[in-house]
Amino acid sequence: MENVARKPGTVTPAGAPKRGPLSFWERIYVVEAARGVWITTVHFCRNMWRHTLHLVGLAKDKQAAVTVQYPEELRYVPPRSRTRHRIVRREDGSPRCVGCMMCETICPARCIYIVAEEDPDPNIEKRPKRFDIDLGMCVFCGFCVEACPEDAIRMDTQMVDLAAYSRNGMILTLDQLLAGEPAAPREATNALGERVHG
Amino acid sequence: MWIDVAIKVGLAMVMMLIVINIAGIHSWVERKQSAVIQDRWGANRAGFTFRAPLLRWLNPVMRPIIYLGLLQPLADLMKLVAKENWSPVGGMKWLHASAPFFYLLFAFVGFSAIPFGDTLHVAGRDISLQVAHLNVGFVFIFAMAGLGVYGIVLSGVSSNNNYAFLGAVRAASQMISYEVTLGATVIGIVMVYGSLDLQEIVRGQGALLWGWLPKWGVFVQPLGCILFFTAALAETKRIPFDLPEGESEIIGYFTEYSGTKFGMFMLADFVETVMVAALTTTLFFGGWQFPYLHASGFVFPWGAQVAVGHYGVVAIQVISFLIKVVLFCWLLMTIRWTLPRFRYDQLMDLGWKRMLPVSLANIAVTGLVILLIEAL
Repeated sequence: MENVARKPGTVTPAGAPKRGPLSFWERIYVVEAARGVWITTVHFCRNMWRHTLHLVGLAKDKQAAVTVQYPEELRYVPPRSRTRHRIVRREDGSPRCVGCMMCETICPARCIYIVAEEDPDPNIEKRPKRFDIDLGMCVFCGFCVEACPEDAIRMDTQMVDLAAYSRNGMILTLDQLLAGEPAAPREATNALGERVHG
Repeated sequence: MWIDVAIKVGLAMVMMLIVINIAGIHSWVERKQSAVIQDRWGANRAGFTFRAPLLRWLNPVMRPIIYLGLLQPLADLMKLVAKENWSPVGGMKWLHASAPFFYLLFAFVGFSAIPFGDTLHVAGRDISLQVAHLNVGFVFIFAMAGLGVYGIVLSGVSSNNNYAFLGAVRAASQMISYEVTLGATVIGIVMVYGSLDLQEIVRGQGALLWGWLPKWGVFVQPLGCILFFTAALAETKRIPFDLPEGESEIIGYFTEYSGTKFGMFMLADFVETVMVAALTTTLFFGGWQFPYLHASGFVFPWGAQVAVGHYGVVAIQVISFLIKVVLFCWLLMTIRWTLPRFRYDQLMDLGWKRMLPVSLANIAVTGLVILLIEAL
Protein backbone atom coordinates (compact mmCIF):
# COMPACT_ATOMS: atom_id res chain seq x y z
CA MET A 1 0.00 0.00 0.00
CA GLU A 2 1.08 3.57 -0.55
CA ASN A 3 2.27 5.60 2.38
CA VAL A 4 -0.64 7.35 3.99
CA ALA A 5 0.31 10.79 5.23
CA ARG A 6 0.36 10.47 8.99
CA LYS A 7 0.69 12.95 11.75
CA PRO A 8 4.18 12.88 13.23
CA GLY A 9 4.32 10.90 16.42
CA THR A 10 1.56 8.45 15.58
CA VAL A 11 2.73 4.87 15.48
CA THR A 12 0.84 2.06 13.79
CA PRO A 13 1.43 -1.32 15.37
CA ALA A 14 2.53 -3.99 12.93
CA GLY A 15 -0.43 -5.57 11.18
CA ALA A 16 -2.96 -3.05 12.43
CA PRO A 17 -5.16 -1.48 9.76
CA LYS A 18 -3.99 1.99 8.90
CA ARG A 19 -6.32 4.59 10.23
CA GLY A 20 -6.21 8.22 9.31
CA PRO A 21 -6.40 10.99 11.88
CA LEU A 22 -9.68 11.27 13.75
CA SER A 23 -12.21 13.66 12.33
CA PHE A 24 -13.67 16.48 14.39
CA TRP A 25 -16.85 14.55 15.16
CA GLU A 26 -14.84 11.54 16.25
CA ARG A 27 -12.65 13.65 18.48
CA ILE A 28 -15.48 15.29 20.40
CA TYR A 29 -16.53 11.73 21.27
CA VAL A 30 -20.17 12.51 22.01
CA VAL A 31 -21.40 11.40 18.60
CA GLU A 32 -19.35 8.20 18.68
CA ALA A 33 -20.56 7.47 22.21
CA ALA A 34 -24.14 7.96 21.06
CA ARG A 35 -23.52 5.55 18.17
CA GLY A 36 -22.21 2.96 20.61
CA VAL A 37 -25.19 3.42 22.87
CA TRP A 38 -27.43 3.04 19.84
CA ILE A 39 -25.84 -0.33 18.98
CA THR A 40 -26.28 -1.68 22.51
CA THR A 41 -29.82 -0.33 22.64
CA VAL A 42 -30.72 -2.08 19.39
CA HIS A 43 -29.27 -5.33 20.77
CA PHE A 44 -31.15 -4.84 24.03
CA CYS A 45 -34.49 -4.12 22.37
CA ARG A 46 -34.15 -6.94 19.82
CA ASN A 47 -33.21 -9.53 22.41
CA MET A 48 -35.82 -8.29 24.88
CA TRP A 49 -38.49 -8.54 22.17
CA ARG A 50 -37.40 -12.06 21.25
CA HIS A 51 -37.27 -13.16 24.90
CA THR A 52 -40.80 -11.86 25.32
CA LEU A 53 -41.97 -13.69 22.20
CA HIS A 54 -40.35 -16.90 23.44
CA LEU A 55 -42.19 -16.58 26.74
CA VAL A 56 -45.50 -16.78 24.91
CA GLY A 57 -44.18 -19.53 22.63
CA LEU A 58 -43.56 -17.55 19.45
CA ALA A 59 -40.54 -17.15 17.15
CA LYS A 60 -38.67 -20.05 18.69
CA ASP A 61 -36.38 -20.25 15.66
CA LYS A 62 -35.02 -16.74 16.31
CA GLN A 63 -32.42 -16.80 19.03
CA ALA A 64 -32.47 -14.21 21.79
CA ALA A 65 -29.33 -15.48 23.50
CA VAL A 66 -26.45 -17.46 22.09
CA THR A 67 -25.81 -19.12 25.43
CA VAL A 68 -26.28 -22.88 25.71
CA GLN A 69 -28.12 -23.71 28.91
CA TYR A 70 -25.70 -26.49 29.74
CA PRO A 71 -27.26 -29.23 31.85
CA GLU A 72 -30.58 -28.96 30.02
CA GLU A 73 -29.21 -28.25 26.57
CA LEU A 74 -26.07 -29.89 25.22
CA ARG A 75 -23.87 -28.55 22.52
CA TYR A 76 -23.58 -30.45 19.28
CA VAL A 77 -20.73 -32.95 19.25
CA PRO A 78 -19.60 -33.96 15.75
CA PRO A 79 -20.30 -37.70 15.28
CA ARG A 80 -16.68 -38.59 14.55
CA SER A 81 -15.19 -36.71 17.50
CA ARG A 82 -13.34 -38.86 20.02
CA THR A 83 -15.27 -38.94 23.25
CA ARG A 84 -15.50 -41.28 26.24
CA HIS A 85 -14.53 -44.89 25.50
CA ARG A 86 -16.76 -47.91 25.57
CA ILE A 87 -16.08 -51.61 25.06
CA VAL A 88 -18.22 -53.34 22.48
CA ARG A 89 -19.95 -56.64 23.30
CA ARG A 90 -20.27 -59.72 21.18
CA GLU A 91 -23.71 -60.98 20.22
CA ASP A 92 -23.75 -63.20 23.29
CA GLY A 93 -23.02 -60.20 25.50
CA SER A 94 -19.44 -60.97 26.45
CA PRO A 95 -16.86 -58.23 25.82
CA ARG A 96 -15.22 -58.35 22.43
CA CYS A 97 -11.87 -57.62 23.99
CA VAL A 98 -9.40 -60.51 23.82
CA GLY A 99 -6.89 -59.03 26.20
CA CYS A 100 -4.15 -58.66 23.57
CA MET A 101 -2.67 -55.55 25.30
CA MET A 102 -2.37 -53.70 21.96
CA CYS A 103 -4.18 -50.66 23.32
CA GLU A 104 -2.28 -50.72 26.58
CA THR A 105 0.97 -50.89 24.62
CA ILE A 106 0.21 -48.08 22.20
CA CYS A 107 -1.37 -45.75 24.74
CA PRO A 108 0.93 -42.70 24.94
CA ALA A 109 -0.59 -41.59 28.22
CA ARG A 110 -0.38 -45.08 29.74
CA CYS A 111 -3.88 -44.77 31.08
CA ILE A 112 -5.07 -48.28 30.18
CA TYR A 113 -4.51 -51.16 32.57
CA ILE A 114 -5.54 -54.65 31.51
CA VAL A 115 -5.41 -57.91 33.43
CA ALA A 116 -6.25 -60.83 31.15
CA GLU A 117 -7.56 -64.25 32.12
CA GLU A 118 -8.36 -67.44 30.27
CA ASP A 119 -11.63 -67.43 28.39
CA PRO A 120 -13.93 -70.42 29.04
CA ASP A 121 -14.67 -70.57 25.30
CA PRO A 122 -11.98 -72.84 23.77
CA ASN A 123 -12.04 -70.86 20.51
CA ILE A 124 -11.02 -67.66 22.30
CA GLU A 125 -7.72 -67.43 24.03
CA LYS A 126 -8.12 -64.63 26.58
CA ARG A 127 -10.64 -62.21 27.98
CA PRO A 128 -10.10 -59.16 30.18
CA LYS A 129 -10.38 -59.72 33.90
CA ARG A 130 -9.78 -56.06 34.52
CA PHE A 131 -9.91 -53.28 31.96
CA ASP A 132 -9.35 -49.86 33.57
CA ILE A 133 -9.02 -46.55 31.77
CA ASP A 134 -7.88 -43.62 33.85
CA LEU A 135 -9.68 -40.72 32.19
CA GLY A 136 -7.68 -38.34 34.33
CA MET A 137 -4.62 -39.36 32.30
CA CYS A 138 -6.23 -40.11 28.94
CA VAL A 139 -5.34 -37.65 26.17
CA PHE A 140 -8.18 -38.77 23.87
CA CYS A 141 -5.76 -39.50 21.01
CA GLY A 142 -7.78 -42.48 19.80
CA PHE A 143 -4.72 -44.69 19.30
CA CYS A 144 -6.35 -47.48 21.32
CA VAL A 145 -9.28 -47.51 18.89
CA GLU A 146 -6.90 -47.67 15.93
CA ALA A 147 -4.79 -50.39 17.51
CA CYS A 148 -7.56 -52.75 18.53
CA PRO A 149 -7.58 -55.81 16.24
CA GLU A 150 -11.06 -56.83 17.41
CA ASP A 151 -12.75 -53.40 17.10
CA ALA A 152 -13.55 -53.87 20.78
CA ILE A 153 -12.84 -50.36 22.04
CA ARG A 154 -14.59 -47.37 20.53
CA MET A 155 -14.84 -43.70 21.41
CA ASP A 156 -18.34 -42.88 20.20
CA THR A 157 -20.38 -42.35 23.37
CA GLN A 158 -20.37 -38.54 22.78
CA MET A 159 -19.88 -38.12 26.50
CA VAL A 160 -17.64 -35.11 27.02
CA ASP A 161 -18.76 -33.94 30.45
CA LEU A 162 -16.49 -36.23 32.44
CA ALA A 163 -16.03 -35.21 36.03
CA ALA A 164 -15.48 -36.89 39.38
CA TYR A 165 -14.88 -35.80 42.93
CA SER A 166 -11.56 -37.67 43.21
CA ARG A 167 -8.77 -38.96 41.00
CA ASN A 168 -9.90 -42.49 41.67
CA GLY A 169 -13.35 -41.53 40.49
CA MET A 170 -11.91 -40.80 37.07
CA ILE A 171 -10.90 -44.43 36.59
CA LEU A 172 -13.40 -46.34 34.46
CA THR A 173 -13.71 -50.07 35.13
CA LEU A 174 -14.74 -52.80 32.73
CA ASP A 175 -18.37 -52.71 33.86
CA GLN A 176 -18.64 -48.97 33.25
CA LEU A 177 -16.96 -49.33 29.87
CA LEU A 178 -19.33 -52.11 28.90
CA ALA A 179 -22.34 -50.04 29.96
CA GLY A 180 -21.48 -47.34 27.42
CA GLU A 181 -23.78 -46.98 24.45
CA PRO A 182 -23.16 -45.25 21.13
CA ALA A 183 -24.98 -41.94 21.52
CA ALA A 184 -27.69 -40.83 19.17
CA PRO A 185 -26.37 -37.89 17.19
CA ARG A 186 -27.31 -34.62 18.81
CA GLU A 187 -29.11 -31.92 16.93
CA ALA A 188 -26.63 -30.16 14.70
CA THR A 189 -25.67 -26.70 15.84
CA ASN A 190 -23.00 -24.31 14.71
CA ALA A 191 -20.10 -23.08 16.82
CA LEU A 192 -22.33 -20.60 18.62
CA GLY A 193 -24.74 -23.34 19.65
CA GLU A 194 -27.38 -22.14 17.22
CA ARG A 195 -29.43 -24.92 15.73
CA VAL A 196 -28.62 -25.60 12.12
CA HIS A 197 -31.66 -26.29 9.98
CA GLY A 198 -31.91 -28.50 6.96
CA MET B 1 -46.03 20.52 65.48
CA TRP B 2 -45.95 16.76 65.87
CA ILE B 3 -47.98 16.44 62.71
CA ASP B 4 -45.37 18.44 60.82
CA VAL B 5 -42.68 16.13 62.10
CA ALA B 6 -44.77 13.11 61.14
CA ILE B 7 -45.30 14.52 57.63
CA LYS B 8 -41.58 15.11 57.19
CA VAL B 9 -40.78 11.61 58.44
CA GLY B 10 -43.37 10.21 56.06
CA LEU B 11 -41.90 12.12 53.12
CA ALA B 12 -38.41 10.97 54.05
CA MET B 13 -39.62 7.40 54.23
CA VAL B 14 -41.28 7.64 50.82
CA MET B 15 -38.09 9.05 49.29
CA MET B 16 -35.99 6.41 51.04
CA LEU B 17 -38.33 3.69 49.82
CA ILE B 18 -38.04 4.94 46.24
CA VAL B 19 -34.26 5.26 46.34
CA ILE B 20 -33.52 2.03 48.20
CA ASN B 21 -35.77 0.04 45.91
CA ILE B 22 -34.47 1.48 42.67
CA ALA B 23 -30.87 1.16 43.89
CA GLY B 24 -31.45 -2.34 45.22
CA ILE B 25 -32.98 -3.60 41.99
CA HIS B 26 -29.94 -2.21 40.16
CA SER B 27 -27.82 -5.22 41.07
CA TRP B 28 -30.38 -7.36 39.28
CA VAL B 29 -30.76 -4.91 36.40
CA GLU B 30 -27.00 -4.74 36.00
CA ARG B 31 -26.82 -8.50 35.55
CA LYS B 32 -29.86 -8.95 33.36
CA GLN B 33 -29.51 -5.86 31.20
CA SER B 34 -25.87 -6.57 30.45
CA ALA B 35 -26.85 -10.13 29.60
CA VAL B 36 -29.57 -9.06 27.20
CA ILE B 37 -27.28 -6.49 25.58
CA GLN B 38 -24.56 -9.09 25.13
CA ASP B 39 -26.88 -11.83 23.77
CA ARG B 40 -26.70 -13.84 26.98
CA TRP B 41 -29.27 -15.11 29.47
CA GLY B 42 -27.95 -13.65 32.68
CA ALA B 43 -28.81 -14.94 36.13
CA ASN B 44 -31.55 -17.56 35.88
CA ARG B 45 -30.50 -20.25 38.36
CA ALA B 46 -30.37 -18.84 41.89
CA GLY B 47 -33.29 -20.15 43.86
CA PHE B 48 -34.66 -22.99 45.91
CA THR B 49 -37.56 -25.39 45.87
CA PHE B 50 -39.78 -26.19 48.81
CA ARG B 51 -39.75 -29.80 49.97
CA ALA B 52 -42.29 -29.49 52.77
CA PRO B 53 -45.71 -30.79 51.60
CA LEU B 54 -47.47 -27.72 53.01
CA LEU B 55 -45.33 -25.32 50.96
CA ARG B 56 -45.02 -27.32 47.77
CA TRP B 57 -47.72 -25.32 46.04
CA LEU B 58 -45.31 -22.36 46.12
CA ASN B 59 -42.88 -24.04 43.73
CA PRO B 60 -44.76 -23.16 40.51
CA VAL B 61 -45.01 -19.59 41.82
CA MET B 62 -41.27 -19.51 42.46
CA ARG B 63 -40.32 -20.85 39.04
CA PRO B 64 -40.76 -17.61 37.03
CA ILE B 65 -39.03 -15.68 39.82
CA ILE B 66 -36.05 -17.99 39.65
CA TYR B 67 -36.16 -17.95 35.85
CA LEU B 68 -35.92 -14.16 35.85
CA GLY B 69 -33.02 -14.30 38.30
CA LEU B 70 -34.88 -12.18 40.83
CA LEU B 71 -33.48 -14.21 43.71
CA GLN B 72 -29.89 -13.50 42.66
CA PRO B 73 -29.69 -10.26 44.72
CA LEU B 74 -30.85 -12.29 47.71
CA ALA B 75 -28.07 -14.78 47.12
CA ASP B 76 -25.60 -11.90 46.76
CA LEU B 77 -26.79 -10.41 50.01
CA MET B 78 -26.51 -13.73 51.83
CA LYS B 79 -22.98 -14.11 50.55
CA LEU B 80 -21.97 -10.59 51.57
CA VAL B 81 -23.54 -10.79 55.01
CA ALA B 82 -22.09 -14.21 55.73
CA LYS B 83 -18.53 -13.09 55.00
CA GLU B 84 -16.02 -12.38 57.71
CA ASN B 85 -15.98 -8.84 59.08
CA TRP B 86 -12.34 -8.24 58.33
CA SER B 87 -10.18 -5.17 58.64
CA PRO B 88 -6.65 -4.94 57.30
CA VAL B 89 -3.65 -5.48 59.54
CA GLY B 90 -2.01 -2.15 60.29
CA GLY B 91 -5.00 -0.21 59.04
CA MET B 92 -7.10 2.19 61.09
CA LYS B 93 -9.83 -0.13 62.17
CA TRP B 94 -12.37 2.48 63.24
CA LEU B 95 -11.97 4.62 60.14
CA HIS B 96 -11.94 1.55 57.95
CA ALA B 97 -15.30 0.50 59.35
CA SER B 98 -16.84 3.98 59.17
CA ALA B 99 -15.72 4.95 55.65
CA PRO B 100 -18.55 3.07 53.85
CA PHE B 101 -21.03 4.66 56.26
CA PHE B 102 -19.84 8.14 55.34
CA TYR B 103 -19.98 7.34 51.67
CA LEU B 104 -23.47 5.84 51.83
CA LEU B 105 -24.78 8.56 54.14
CA PHE B 106 -23.74 11.41 51.86
CA ALA B 107 -25.05 9.53 48.86
CA PHE B 108 -28.47 9.31 50.55
CA VAL B 109 -28.67 12.78 52.12
CA GLY B 110 -28.64 14.50 48.73
CA PHE B 111 -32.04 13.06 47.92
CA SER B 112 -33.68 15.18 50.61
CA ALA B 113 -33.56 18.20 48.30
CA ILE B 114 -35.05 16.45 45.26
CA PRO B 115 -38.74 17.25 44.70
CA PHE B 116 -40.82 14.32 43.53
CA GLY B 117 -44.13 16.13 43.19
CA ASP B 118 -45.84 19.50 43.41
CA THR B 119 -47.63 20.76 46.52
CA LEU B 120 -50.17 18.31 47.84
CA HIS B 121 -53.25 19.87 49.45
CA VAL B 122 -54.70 17.47 51.98
CA ALA B 123 -56.81 18.15 55.10
CA GLY B 124 -56.18 21.89 54.91
CA ARG B 125 -52.41 21.46 54.72
CA ASP B 126 -50.03 22.28 51.89
CA ILE B 127 -47.38 19.60 51.69
CA SER B 128 -44.56 20.23 49.26
CA LEU B 129 -43.55 16.78 48.03
CA GLN B 130 -39.91 17.21 48.90
CA VAL B 131 -38.18 16.05 52.06
CA ALA B 132 -36.34 19.28 52.83
CA HIS B 133 -37.45 22.51 51.25
CA LEU B 134 -34.06 24.16 50.76
CA ASN B 135 -33.71 27.42 48.92
CA VAL B 136 -30.14 26.44 48.03
CA GLY B 137 -31.40 23.17 46.52
CA PHE B 138 -28.80 21.77 44.23
CA VAL B 139 -25.88 23.54 45.94
CA PHE B 140 -26.73 21.36 48.91
CA ILE B 141 -26.80 18.28 46.69
CA PHE B 142 -23.40 19.12 45.22
CA ALA B 143 -22.04 19.78 48.69
CA MET B 144 -23.19 16.35 49.80
CA ALA B 145 -21.75 14.74 46.67
CA GLY B 146 -18.50 16.55 47.44
CA LEU B 147 -18.52 15.29 51.01
CA GLY B 148 -18.95 11.78 49.64
CA VAL B 149 -15.28 12.03 48.63
CA TYR B 150 -14.47 11.80 52.34
CA GLY B 151 -15.82 8.27 52.48
CA ILE B 152 -13.60 7.27 49.57
CA VAL B 153 -10.49 9.03 50.84
CA LEU B 154 -10.98 7.57 54.31
CA SER B 155 -11.39 4.10 52.87
CA GLY B 156 -8.14 4.52 50.94
CA VAL B 157 -6.20 6.01 53.83
CA SER B 158 -7.37 3.59 56.48
CA SER B 159 -6.74 0.44 54.43
CA ASN B 160 -2.95 0.35 54.87
CA ASN B 161 -2.70 -0.52 51.21
CA ASN B 162 -0.90 1.66 48.70
CA TYR B 163 -3.09 0.56 45.82
CA ALA B 164 -6.22 1.45 47.75
CA PHE B 165 -4.68 4.79 48.63
CA LEU B 166 -3.82 5.51 45.00
CA GLY B 167 -7.36 4.56 44.04
CA ALA B 168 -8.71 7.01 46.60
CA VAL B 169 -6.45 9.75 45.25
CA ARG B 170 -7.67 9.03 41.73
CA ALA B 171 -11.26 9.15 42.95
CA ALA B 172 -10.74 12.45 44.77
CA SER B 173 -9.05 14.13 41.80
CA GLN B 174 -11.68 12.83 39.39
CA MET B 175 -14.59 14.00 41.52
CA ILE B 176 -13.07 17.43 42.09
CA SER B 177 -12.32 17.83 38.37
CA TYR B 178 -15.81 16.95 37.27
CA GLU B 179 -17.61 18.79 40.04
CA VAL B 180 -16.31 22.02 38.54
CA THR B 181 -17.96 21.23 35.21
CA LEU B 182 -21.05 19.97 37.00
CA GLY B 183 -21.45 23.27 38.84
CA ALA B 184 -20.67 25.34 35.76
CA THR B 185 -23.31 23.62 33.63
CA VAL B 186 -26.03 24.07 36.23
CA ILE B 187 -25.38 27.83 36.31
CA GLY B 188 -27.00 27.98 32.89
CA ILE B 189 -30.13 26.36 34.34
CA VAL B 190 -30.10 28.82 37.26
CA MET B 191 -29.85 31.73 34.87
CA VAL B 192 -32.81 30.48 32.84
CA TYR B 193 -35.15 29.69 35.72
CA GLY B 194 -33.82 32.30 38.16
CA SER B 195 -33.68 30.13 41.26
CA LEU B 196 -31.43 27.73 43.14
CA ASP B 197 -34.48 26.03 44.66
CA LEU B 198 -35.08 22.76 42.86
CA GLN B 199 -38.84 22.95 43.41
CA GLU B 200 -38.88 26.41 41.76
CA ILE B 201 -36.70 25.16 38.90
CA VAL B 202 -39.13 22.31 38.26
CA ARG B 203 -42.12 24.69 38.42
CA GLY B 204 -40.35 26.94 35.93
CA GLN B 205 -40.09 23.99 33.55
CA GLY B 206 -43.89 23.75 33.42
CA ALA B 207 -44.07 26.79 31.15
CA LEU B 208 -44.37 26.39 27.38
CA LEU B 209 -42.02 27.69 24.71
CA TRP B 210 -43.80 29.13 21.66
CA GLY B 211 -47.00 27.78 23.12
CA TRP B 212 -46.28 24.08 22.50
CA LEU B 213 -42.81 22.97 23.59
CA PRO B 214 -42.42 22.30 27.34
CA LYS B 215 -39.76 24.63 28.71
CA TRP B 216 -37.64 21.75 29.95
CA GLY B 217 -33.97 22.26 30.69
CA VAL B 218 -32.95 20.03 27.83
CA PHE B 219 -34.67 22.32 25.32
CA VAL B 220 -33.30 25.61 26.68
CA GLN B 221 -29.86 24.20 27.63
CA PRO B 222 -29.14 21.31 25.22
CA LEU B 223 -25.36 21.65 25.47
CA GLY B 224 -25.57 22.08 29.23
CA CYS B 225 -27.63 18.90 29.40
CA ILE B 226 -25.01 16.81 27.59
CA LEU B 227 -22.19 18.30 29.64
CA PHE B 228 -24.07 17.82 32.90
CA PHE B 229 -24.94 14.25 32.09
CA THR B 230 -21.34 13.43 31.18
CA ALA B 231 -19.93 15.09 34.28
CA ALA B 232 -22.54 13.42 36.46
CA LEU B 233 -21.66 10.09 34.87
CA ALA B 234 -18.09 10.72 35.96
CA GLU B 235 -19.34 11.45 39.46
CA THR B 236 -20.91 8.00 39.74
CA LYS B 237 -17.46 6.44 39.26
CA ARG B 238 -18.83 3.73 37.02
CA ILE B 239 -17.55 2.67 33.60
CA PRO B 240 -16.44 4.58 31.47
CA PHE B 241 -15.23 6.70 34.38
CA ASP B 242 -14.36 3.87 36.75
CA LEU B 243 -10.69 4.68 37.23
CA PRO B 244 -11.09 4.91 41.02
CA GLU B 245 -12.27 1.29 41.09
CA GLY B 246 -11.07 -0.45 37.94
CA GLU B 247 -11.80 -3.77 39.60
CA SER B 248 -10.53 -5.84 36.70
CA GLU B 249 -6.98 -4.49 36.44
CA ILE B 250 -6.05 -1.23 38.20
CA ILE B 251 -6.98 -1.69 41.80
CA GLY B 252 -9.34 0.71 43.49
CA TYR B 253 -10.08 2.28 46.83
CA PHE B 254 -12.17 -0.56 48.24
CA THR B 255 -9.57 -3.23 47.65
CA GLU B 256 -9.39 -4.02 51.35
CA TYR B 257 -13.14 -4.24 51.81
CA SER B 258 -15.19 -7.39 51.85
CA GLY B 259 -18.55 -8.58 53.06
CA THR B 260 -21.20 -6.08 54.09
CA LYS B 261 -18.79 -3.15 54.04
CA PHE B 262 -18.01 -3.82 50.39
CA GLY B 263 -21.73 -4.25 49.79
CA MET B 264 -22.29 -0.77 51.16
CA PHE B 265 -19.82 0.68 48.66
CA MET B 266 -21.61 -1.16 45.90
CA LEU B 267 -25.01 0.05 47.09
CA ALA B 268 -23.68 3.60 47.37
CA ASP B 269 -22.57 3.40 43.74
CA PHE B 270 -26.07 2.41 42.72
CA VAL B 271 -27.56 5.14 44.94
CA GLU B 272 -25.32 7.65 43.17
CA THR B 273 -26.55 6.34 39.83
CA VAL B 274 -30.12 6.95 40.97
CA MET B 275 -29.03 10.38 42.24
CA VAL B 276 -27.65 11.28 38.81
CA ALA B 277 -30.83 10.06 37.16
CA ALA B 278 -32.97 12.07 39.62
CA LEU B 279 -30.85 15.22 39.23
CA THR B 280 -30.86 15.03 35.44
CA THR B 281 -34.62 14.53 35.53
CA THR B 282 -35.11 17.43 37.91
CA LEU B 283 -32.83 19.93 36.21
CA PHE B 284 -33.21 19.07 32.54
CA PHE B 285 -36.26 16.90 32.00
CA GLY B 286 -38.95 18.70 33.91
CA GLY B 287 -38.76 16.78 37.21
CA TRP B 288 -42.30 15.88 38.12
CA GLN B 289 -43.74 17.90 35.24
CA PHE B 290 -45.81 16.00 32.74
CA PRO B 291 -46.21 17.77 29.38
CA TYR B 292 -49.34 19.98 29.31
CA LEU B 293 -50.43 18.90 32.80
CA HIS B 294 -51.50 21.86 34.92
CA ALA B 295 -52.94 22.06 38.41
CA SER B 296 -56.46 21.62 37.03
CA GLY B 297 -55.70 18.94 34.47
CA PHE B 298 -54.40 18.67 30.95
CA VAL B 299 -54.46 21.78 28.78
CA PHE B 300 -53.23 20.86 25.32
CA PRO B 301 -51.78 23.48 22.97
CA TRP B 302 -54.52 22.79 20.40
CA GLY B 303 -57.07 23.89 22.95
CA ALA B 304 -58.44 20.59 24.23
CA GLN B 305 -58.81 20.25 27.98
CA VAL B 306 -59.09 17.22 30.23
CA ALA B 307 -59.96 17.96 33.83
CA VAL B 308 -58.12 15.86 36.40
CA GLY B 309 -58.73 15.99 40.14
CA HIS B 310 -56.05 17.26 42.51
CA TYR B 311 -54.99 13.82 43.75
CA GLY B 312 -54.93 12.56 40.19
CA VAL B 313 -52.63 15.40 39.16
CA VAL B 314 -50.27 14.71 42.06
CA ALA B 315 -50.27 10.99 41.29
CA ILE B 316 -49.46 11.65 37.61
CA GLN B 317 -46.65 13.97 38.68
CA VAL B 318 -45.06 11.47 41.07
CA ILE B 319 -45.38 8.62 38.57
CA SER B 320 -44.00 10.81 35.79
CA PHE B 321 -40.98 11.62 37.98
CA LEU B 322 -40.43 7.96 38.78
CA ILE B 323 -40.69 6.88 35.15
CA LYS B 324 -38.17 9.51 34.09
CA VAL B 325 -35.78 8.45 36.84
CA VAL B 326 -36.08 4.78 35.86
CA LEU B 327 -35.53 5.64 32.20
CA PHE B 328 -32.37 7.51 33.06
CA CYS B 329 -31.19 4.63 35.22
CA TRP B 330 -31.69 2.45 32.17
CA LEU B 331 -29.73 4.87 29.99
CA LEU B 332 -26.91 5.06 32.53
CA MET B 333 -26.78 1.28 32.65
CA THR B 334 -26.70 1.09 28.85
CA ILE B 335 -23.82 3.57 28.74
CA ARG B 336 -22.03 1.57 31.41
CA TRP B 337 -22.29 -1.55 29.25
CA THR B 338 -21.35 0.25 26.04
CA LEU B 339 -18.26 2.37 26.51
CA PRO B 340 -14.76 1.26 27.46
CA ARG B 341 -12.86 2.94 30.25
CA PHE B 342 -10.97 6.17 29.65
CA ARG B 343 -7.27 6.41 30.19
CA TYR B 344 -6.37 8.67 33.10
CA ASP B 345 -4.83 11.40 30.94
CA GLN B 346 -7.88 11.28 28.66
CA LEU B 347 -10.09 11.67 31.71
CA MET B 348 -8.27 14.76 32.92
CA ASP B 349 -8.02 16.07 29.36
CA LEU B 350 -11.77 15.67 28.86
CA GLY B 351 -12.61 17.24 32.19
CA TRP B 352 -10.32 20.26 32.25
CA LYS B 353 -9.47 20.99 28.62
CA ARG B 354 -12.74 20.16 26.89
CA MET B 355 -15.75 20.18 29.18
CA LEU B 356 -14.82 23.06 31.47
CA PRO B 357 -14.15 25.60 28.68
CA VAL B 358 -17.28 24.52 26.83
CA SER B 359 -19.40 24.80 29.96
CA LEU B 360 -17.97 28.26 30.66
CA ALA B 361 -18.75 29.28 27.07
CA ASN B 362 -22.24 27.89 27.63
CA ILE B 363 -22.70 30.28 30.57
CA ALA B 364 -21.55 33.24 28.50
CA VAL B 365 -23.80 32.38 25.56
CA THR B 366 -26.77 31.76 27.87
CA GLY B 367 -26.25 35.15 29.50
CA LEU B 368 -26.01 36.84 26.13
CA VAL B 369 -29.18 35.19 24.86
CA ILE B 370 -31.09 36.07 28.03
CA LEU B 371 -29.91 39.69 27.73
CA LEU B 372 -30.99 39.82 24.10
CA ILE B 373 -34.41 38.32 24.86
CA GLU B 374 -34.95 40.84 27.67
CA ALA B 375 -33.74 43.73 25.51
CA LEU B 376 -36.00 42.86 22.59
